[in-house]
Amino acid sequence: MIRVLFFARLREQLGTAALELEHDGVSTVAAAREALVARGGEQWQLLCADNIITALNQEVVAGDAPLQDGDELAFYPPVTGG
Amino acid sequence: MTEARTEVRVQQADFDAGRELDELRLQSRRMGAIASFIGVMRDLNEGDSVSAMTLEHYPGMTEKAITTIVGEARERWPLGAVTVIHRVGPLQPQDQIVFVGVAAAHRGESFAACEFIMDYLKTRAPFWKKERTADGERWVEARAGDESAAQRWQEQ
Repeated sequence: MIRVLFFARLREQLGTAALELEHDGVSTVAAAREALVARGGEQWQLLCADNIITALNQEVVAGDAPLQDGDELAFYPPVTGG
Repeated sequence: MTEARTEVRVQQADFDAGRELDELRLQSRRMGAIASFIGVMRDLNEGDSVSAMTLEHYPGMTEKAITTIVGEARERWPLGAVTVIHRVGPLQPQDQIVFVGVAAAHRGESFAACEFIMDYLKTRAPFWKKERTADGERWVEARAGDESAAQRWQEQ
């Protein structure tokens, strides 16, 4: 299983903070995004926006980063702390 | 240089900047300079009055991201103790949001590292501000100026 997290505006728009995704057939971050859009429907296209950041096990990664069973994958909008 | 202390705290509670500066000073031998920055909540944004704010974060990653940023600062400048505190949860105008304190042998390194840490924190650490105005709540938009402030360090 991949644990998937969403934050801030994205969390509100998708109506979920966290979910579990089967690791089978989902070998990269980009593949996980496609699987989430396929399963969630049109609203989940939000995950494909250019400014959405992906973090794998709490480090920012690109779409080609490989996924392992048990990974934590987060999607979030541009940060605004400080 | 011997291993200098890095302290990173993400907390709902307020902090006492005077006490943090004392800690930095007392933990830093041979350090002649301490630079600090405090980010404060403004009651105005994008021309609208802001009455309250909530800061969301990604628990675990925020601490990791800030620690990485401090590590990058240490690769650029010889630093003594460094403290970064970032608040989360509900905040009111004039509340303290963030504290960065950097000890170094001389002022140049402490000023530069303090600014570097803030520039990177603003663009890399996973925090999100949601503010309340007369029209309701809204997520604060990221500023292009913050990104260019961080990028200018890569050109140096």
